Amino acid sequence: MSLLEIKNATLKFGGVVAVNDLSFSVEEGEVYAIVGPNGAGKSTVFNLISRFYDPYSGSISFDGANLLDRHADAVADLGIARTFQNIELFDHATVLQNLLVGRHRHRKSNMIQELLFTPRVRREEHVHREAVERVIDFLDLQPYRNKMIAGLPYGVRKVVELGRALASDPRLLLLDEPASGLSVEETQDMRWWIDDIRKQMGITVLMVEHDMGLVSGVSDRVLALADGAKLAEGTPAEVQADPAVIAAYLGTGAV
Amino acid sequence: MRIHFKTSYENDIRLFPDRWSFFVYAALVAGAIILPWLLDDFFLGEVTNVLIWAIAGLGLMLLTGQTGQASLGHAAFLALGCYSCIILMEHGVPFLLAFPLAGVITGIFGTLFAIPAVRLHGIYLAIATMALSILADDIIVMLAPWTDGVSGKFAPTITIFGLEIERWTTPDRFYWLVLVVTILCTLAYRNLLRAPLGRAFAAVRDSEVSATAMGVHIAFTKAAAFGLSCAITGLAGALMGFYAGAFNNETFSVVISISLLMMIVIGGLGSIHGAFFGAIIIAFLPQALSMASDTIGGLLGANNVAIPGLETGVFGAILILFIMFEPMGIYGRWLKIRTWFELFPFARKDMFKRQKSYLKTERLR
Repeated sequence: MSLLEIKNATLKFGGVVAVNDLSFSVEEGEVYAIVGPNGAGKSTVFNLISRFYDPYSGSISFDGANLLDRHADAVADLGIARTFQNIELFDHATVLQNLLVGRHRHRKSNMIQELLFTPRVRREEHVHREAVERVIDFLDLQPYRNKMIAGLPYGVRKVVELGRALASDPRLLLLDEPASGLSVEETQDMRWWIDDIRKQMGITVLMVEHDMGLVSGVSDRVLALADGAKLAEGTPAEVQADPAVIAAYLGTGAV
Repeated sequence: MRIHFKTSYENDIRLFPDRWSFFVYAALVAGAIILPWLLDDFFLGEVTNVLIWAIAGLGLMLLTGQTGQASLGHAAFLALGCYSCIILMEHGVPFLLAFPLAGVITGIFGTLFAIPAVRLHGIYLAIATMALSILADDIIVMLAPWTDGVSGKFAPTITIFGLEIERWTTPDRFYWLVLVVTILCTLAYRNLLRAPLGRAFAAVRDSEVSATAMGVHIAFTKAAAFGLSCAITGLAGALMGFYAGAFNNETFSVVISISLLMMIVIGGLGSIHGAFFGAIIIAFLPQALSMASDTIGGLLGANNVAIPGLETGVFGAILILFIMFEPMGIYGRWLKIRTWFELFPFARKDMFKRQKSYLKTERLR
């Protein structure tokens, strides 16, 4: 059984069909990339999985459970973490606090216990902190631990957002354009991290990315979208060679 | 410059980062405890007023500074806390029970109010809460059988284990009572900030979309913020009632709500210090102004000339100046001055300049 399974999902905004009868599945342990021109519906697919949008029709299931039964804030509990295309960090908090919010799904204490800061809350804080420190070590974020997000450069924010998603110990990681706006070196780092996330941590990765170098470097399978519908699916090489994909990107007609 | 050499996670979790700051706050508390022996009754009363405002400020800070939900309705919750505490005491409930109950009642009402309020953002929430503040006046009049409406109520004498506490006859005991409540509220606030719920508050404030994606239930978190904020405000309201001695439907007007919001903005949004700094300004400024106008009036030979709207005008000017030149409030300025001394002579002029925030995913909402 696939980890994530999307069947015949359709989403319309008024007359615009953002996602059109789309079906695909992501297997446990693989890196699955979604590519496509701007406006193809890539981020919309993510927002469907995150339950920010309700599909018009179709089904989405994660590890056999129906995702459509859940509210957006209950998706994280299943072990689905995500990043955003336009970086959605908590700007007026430190890197550490941002990463600790990633641990929110593991919160075990209630409000009264936290107001009194009982020994249990303290113990839990140590556990959360340890998990966050593993992420900080993994992503080399040590110099920024106590820095405010509002003062950090774009590239670092991108990494912090990845870290926040990782801090929640997800089973499925959704990366929305992890390399957009990054320099060549930073993109290279991102590539190694995605590799390690899959190999060392055993986390399944679903990503949207424009950088074909990164996509062909890390992903096992690629889905090409255009106008909300599936254009091609297969290994990076297969998709890149697909005539329909080339047509969607470059256009057709005599040169 | 002090350098924190952290050797365990506990360094970041415990209340005081190092021994020095522990001593500073211990000295502050010790100084606050012996204050009645140092000040005469008038100034002790003023300091008590500052502390009561600081508690109310902590309440609103939790909601506005921490969770990002502006409220112009907190005067209504002050009133609710005040009336419920004193009505309970009139029915024979001892203060030690009536006072926390007043907080709980106000907190429950705050949570109920959150049910419609969580759907509102920004300015719309401010308008809705302001309506609450204006309504409170009428509701108190309508509930005259309990609240004595326009004629108002007198605060009874507080008795704790046979010890009588009254604002005028025993101002020192009343001051200590307020001090204890202040310290407990501050501790609770501090505890919240280092726990998951406090971080969830900040997450809701900065990005509801990604807070949701991280598993934070937005409506529940906002309701918790409203509840806790109103509970603290209710406690402050009860103390305000005892401090004023007598109160009626006009005591907790919308002006109080606006002053409260101004207070936390001037003090510095999102910090405990800000509530205290703001309270000092709000509580002392009227006194300072009347003293100043007396002096100037005396110099000009015109005695007891009250300039209409002077207080409001000065408050407004201060608020505008802060928003223009120091959006982080007095606490922000304090941090800058402290950093300058700590790093001397290496502080740079643009150290606190913030990069502008990048485009947010607004289209999801």
